[in-house]
Amino acid sequence: MDLLLNHFWEFTITGLAFGAVYALIALGYTLVYGVLRLINFAHSEVFMWGSFASVWVLTALGASKASGVGVVGFLVIGFAAAMVTSALVALGLEFVAYRPLRKRNSPPLIALISAIGASFVLSEAMGLRDKPFKWFGLDTDLASYVGRPREASPLPLNIDTVRLFRVFDYRVSNIDLIVLGSAIVMMVILDQFVKRSRLGRGIRAVAQDPEAAALMGVNRDRVIRLTFVIGGAMAGAAAMMYLLKIGVTRYNAGFLLGVKAFTAAVLGGIGNLRGALLGGFVLGVAESYGSAIFGSNWKDVVAFTLLVIILLFRPTGLLGESLGKARA
Amino acid sequence: MRSVFKIGAPVVAAALALSACGGTTNDAGSGSGGKACDLKIGFFGALTGDAANLGINIKNGAELAVTQYNEKHADCKVSLTSFDSQGDPSIAPGLAQKAVTDKKLVGIVGPAFSGESKAADPIFDKAGLNIITASATNPALSENGWKTFHRILGNDATQGPAAAKYIKDVLKAQKVFVSDDTSEYGKGLADIVKKDLGSAVAGSDETAADGKQDDFSPTVTKAKASGATVFFYGGYYSNASKLVKQLKSGGFTGTFVAADGVKDDGFIKGAGAAAEGAIVTCPCLPPDKAAEFSAAYKKAYNSDPATYSAEAYDAANVFLAGIAAGKTSSSDMNAFIGSYSAQGVTKNVKFDAKGEPSEVSVWAYKVSGGKIVPDQEIK
Repeated sequence: MDLLLNHFWEFTITGLAFGAVYALIALGYTLVYGVLRLINFAHSEVFMWGSFASVWVLTALGASKASGVGVVGFLVIGFAAAMVTSALVALGLEFVAYRPLRKRNSPPLIALISAIGASFVLSEAMGLRDKPFKWFGLDTDLASYVGRPREASPLPLNIDTVRLFRVFDYRVSNIDLIVLGSAIVMMVILDQFVKRSRLGRGIRAVAQDPEAAALMGVNRDRVIRLTFVIGGAMAGAAAMMYLLKIGVTRYNAGFLLGVKAFTAAVLGGIGNLRGALLGGFVLGVAESYGSAIFGSNWKDVVAFTLLVIILLFRPTGLLGESLGKARA
Repeated sequence: MRSVFKIGAPVVAAALALSACGGTTNDAGSGSGGKACDLKIGFFGALTGDAANLGINIKNGAELAVTQYNEKHADCKVSLTSFDSQGDPSIAPGLAQKAVTDKKLVGIVGPAFSGESKAADPIFDKAGLNIITASATNPALSENGWKTFHRILGNDATQGPAAAKYIKDVLKAQKVFVSDDTSEYGKGLADIVKKDLGSAVAGSDETAADGKQDDFSPTVTKAKASGATVFFYGGYYSNASKLVKQLKSGGFTGTFVAADGVKDDGFIKGAGAAAEGAIVTCPCLPPDKAAEFSAAYKKAYNSDPATYSAEAYDAANVFLAGIAAGKTSSSDMNAFIGSYSAQGVTKNVKFDAKGEPSEVSVWAYKVSGGKIVPDQEIK
């Protein structure tokens, strides 16, 4: 307890920084749930593919030798690669795993199974990525991309940690700032997009009442595609932030984060954008405090106990369950 | 092509053995000293999963011993069969059940890790299948009265104190932070180190196992707050690489010390420059101490022998010597291993009544220039 009080801001800020990763992934869960009432369990793999895209692109460009301004450039490229890839994977996922089911009016449970199946397929495809290349004898040429597919792949970008400024007991580093800063920028843009733009209004309309929205001329399919793309792009941004903090990714990196981000979405009120953000930050900080007080292996116990307590008093999460109504 | 050979070789060997001595296999049952062919040695451990590298090293070592044996005994070959446990204690018992039903199987090199050993070894003991582990170092494993259990390297009761001794005598640390991954192996080791360091332990934090934790910021904060100059971690290389990276970027300036579970190139690949200067202890011999074995291994697998390859090679050779002497039944083999004493690659291989090795040496290795290089023997 003393430890937490003496290093309160350090635990808070590092917790917030990882909470930001949860929050951005949680956005994808919450957006899709809001529009389709579907829990897209394959979203965690969308994140994982984004992280690999960033690693590969930066490896191909030889980013490990960069320094100074070059690093900033590669950072932007890394973000872009991850976001674009994740968005495309999410779009493909919607096209292959969900749309055919929706067209046949299948019950939600079927879509859920499809989501779980798609998650396995995407994860294992990454974990077995050397095999197809082996068939064509390319695996040795591409060893830095597909070699040892079940091992961790490091981000080939050397960012020296620089302590920038002090917040009470903690000296905030450049990585903390990049992660938290970019997360907040993404969130504000998304929030304003959904709130103010025409497409955002479409999303809210479909979330609120799909039939009425269709009668009003909203193209439901297009809105659904859009939510997958936005959710995917956010997961891609989260992937790059994850790489900056953790440094490596692997074929099963999405699983744990997916569970946590889904928890964050429920904590904040699933279907509610700001709820997902709040949930992500609360979860990140709760884990950090839990680790500080009880030890790191207790952090999940603390986080999920908190979830249960919050749901006892607010069954629809911190901010309530609704993308269409009120706060989003 | 090489991989085709790797898969193909044991199959071909088995097929050859079948055709060459199909007639003599029946003699094994009669136990009259007649030589049985077509026998198998098993490898049990992770070939896929989070710590697969360690398992692959062991399998390659055992496989090399079998290949060399078959070159000398072309008329009566032995094959190596693999049980991929993924290092998972929940998968191990099922695989062990499968292994004990195979009557051709005379011995197991493994199980590789301590957790899975605890789960699988009772099954091997009950069925009377002899095992020699080349890497499971939890001390308690030999305390269960399992007759078939053998271990070819020093356990954590020797490695832990050696690590603690290195931290105290060589690194001269006054304050040490101890962390582990709550695995059978990692926690066991960390507890021993904590006990031996006594008042020098400035703080500790238990973290989650491989694949269950990515972010170690709270551990980093605690380590810094404790004022420690050495960070000891009990666990495997996958999490260790994330941890050491976050320690460095989080502003911890002390030395990172870990044990044999981290002694793998995967640690350096994951952690990059942050691994530089890290110390890894291991009850295993540096490869240059066994030049002949290293050369043969390199020729076969196109890479230097890695952690526990040599131990696995020695372990497999014990079984092979037993097979050559015609000790193929469970009790014969058990007695044979019990009285075995011969110079191996890693040490003079000899087991005591509990199945522990009678000779043990622990080495400290250092990460230098992106490689794990021998530092010194801890005496």
